[in-house]
Amino acid sequence: MSALDLGRSASSSPQAVGAPGSRRSGPGRGAAASMHIDWTLCDGRGLCTELLPELLDRDEWGYPVAVGQPPASRSDVTVPPELVDAARDAVALCPRAALRLRPLPLPLP
Amino acid sequence: MTTLAPPSVPSSETDRRLGPQGVRRLFAAADASFAAHLDTFGPLPRGQAGPDLVAELQRAGLDGRGGAHFATWRKLSAARAEHQVRRGPIGLGRGRAVVIANGAEGEPLSRKDAALLALAPHLVIDGLLLAAATVGASRAVLYATAPLLPGVRSALRERTDARDVTLVEAPDTFLSGEASAVVAAVEGRPAVPADRVVRLTASGVDGRPTLVQNVETLAQLALLARYGAGWFRSVGAAAEPGTRLVTVSGGDGRSPLESARTPGGAGRVLEVTGTMSLRRIVEATGIDPARLRAVLVGGFHGAWVPPEAFDLPFTRDALEPWGAVPGAGIVWALADDRCGLAAAADITAYLAGQSARQCGPCLNGLPRLADVLGRLARGDRATWLPGEVTRLAGLVTGRGSCHHPDGTARLVFSSLQVFADDVRQHLEGRCLAGVSSTSTGPGESR
Repeated sequence: MSALDLGRSASSSPQAVGAPGSRRSGPGRGAAASMHIDWTLCDGRGLCTELLPELLDRDEWGYPVAVGQPPASRSDVTVPPELVDAARDAVALCPRAALRLRPLPLPLP
Repeated sequence: MTTLAPPSVPSSETDRRLGPQGVRRLFAAADASFAAHLDTFGPLPRGQAGPDLVAELQRAGLDGRGGAHFATWRKLSAARAEHQVRRGPIGLGRGRAVVIANGAEGEPLSRKDAALLALAPHLVIDGLLLAAATVGASRAVLYATAPLLPGVRSALRERTDARDVTLVEAPDTFLSGEASAVVAAVEGRPAVPADRVVRLTASGVDGRPTLVQNVETLAQLALLARYGAGWFRSVGAAAEPGTRLVTVSGGDGRSPLESARTPGGAGRVLEVTGTMSLRRIVEATGIDPARLRAVLVGGFHGAWVPPEAFDLPFTRDALEPWGAVPGAGIVWALADDRCGLAAAADITAYLAGQSARQCGPCLNGLPRLADVLGRLARGDRATWLPGEVTRLAGLVTGRGSCHHPDGTARLVFSSLQVFADDVRQHLEGRCLAGVSSTSTGPGESR
């Protein structure tokens, strides 16, 4: 649990939803969020899949696979309210800084 | 490159005012010179640039011709709005927009953008200048592969209003035309896709609002600015008005990659409309539709359309059941004595090799997918192969910073669907190649 505690105190990214300093603009606790995976940064260390086993599985190369999400949400994973804290930890602890939590998925053309 | 020869129609004052009649629009000028361009289309209607042009584009319903079918007016409108926000006191001019004409058709079977830049460069330049003026851009760039740049440079020198257009060379790779790869190239970085969390119209080249438009889209825009939405919509289908360029190839003994590597360039470039059928488009290039097993629509990220759908109009709505879209207008015909799985494996192996090697699922998954599909195509009878192809294609879908894995999976899924008979035959140690589709027995024909 110390890792999780560390994660919360370390979530200082200005993009992090609900992180200290961004509470007023991002969704507060209790709101669903979207976790973006930057595949150009991710190298499959797997920490996120340990912190979010309900959301993320690993493929045979170790990269995260969003469980039960439509293809459009596999790079912008919908995080239910009860998992937002764990997702915040995953964002903070990702050794490649490949994750970010956002209020809404923004589909791009 | 072969192109249907433009008829030598003498241009008249009426044509210049009302616009080219019929479906020969983009190639209506007698040759590529500025003089012929002016003679055919008249001068650049610079006064049209601005909000009126955005509204006209919306009325016309012009979509992007690089493959994604995105509404052109929406992109111009977004880039213009972002530019105006930044022009305020805080912006200090540093946020001025950039407009890029994208002529890097990475698709090996596409020649239409090369044909357009070679035969009608001044329409593209007109469109680029009009788009730049409309969004308020301070920089206009034309991005194309090395062989096309000398012609474009000459065209720019022929006129006095395009001195500020800069040329950027596109590498000859499949992904070099992907919009974020284009931005990277213009910034002087390797032309590979980037992870994007905001639209390029909000933040692209050096963080500036950036409009990336396919060169055909810009050429169509140049015509629209002159002749209006009513003229634009006077040909084509209601949902897909106007003309579009297509590149048609195949129908012979060559594989898709062999077609693409044919010296001088594969394919014939045609200007077509959404009311024309795939059959008519294929026939226009001298390929006999009765001797085809399927037609690949939309290029290597596209989908196969079988003969029973050849009479459907060449539109998104009509082709949707087959998962195909006109996209960048690539049409490749598979002869009826060729193996569909071999063609699909050929393409998939190429696509695996064209991964930008940035994203793990693509870097690892596509070579594996190509390997398993290749084994099936070469006659390996292991019964788990089709299931593994399906699993791998599903596994990579949606898991990249660009759509390369998704597009590759689309091609693979379509191949398994349209060539289901081939899969069955291969697992039984046979192949449909060389067997005419009309001579297969009951239960074997589609």
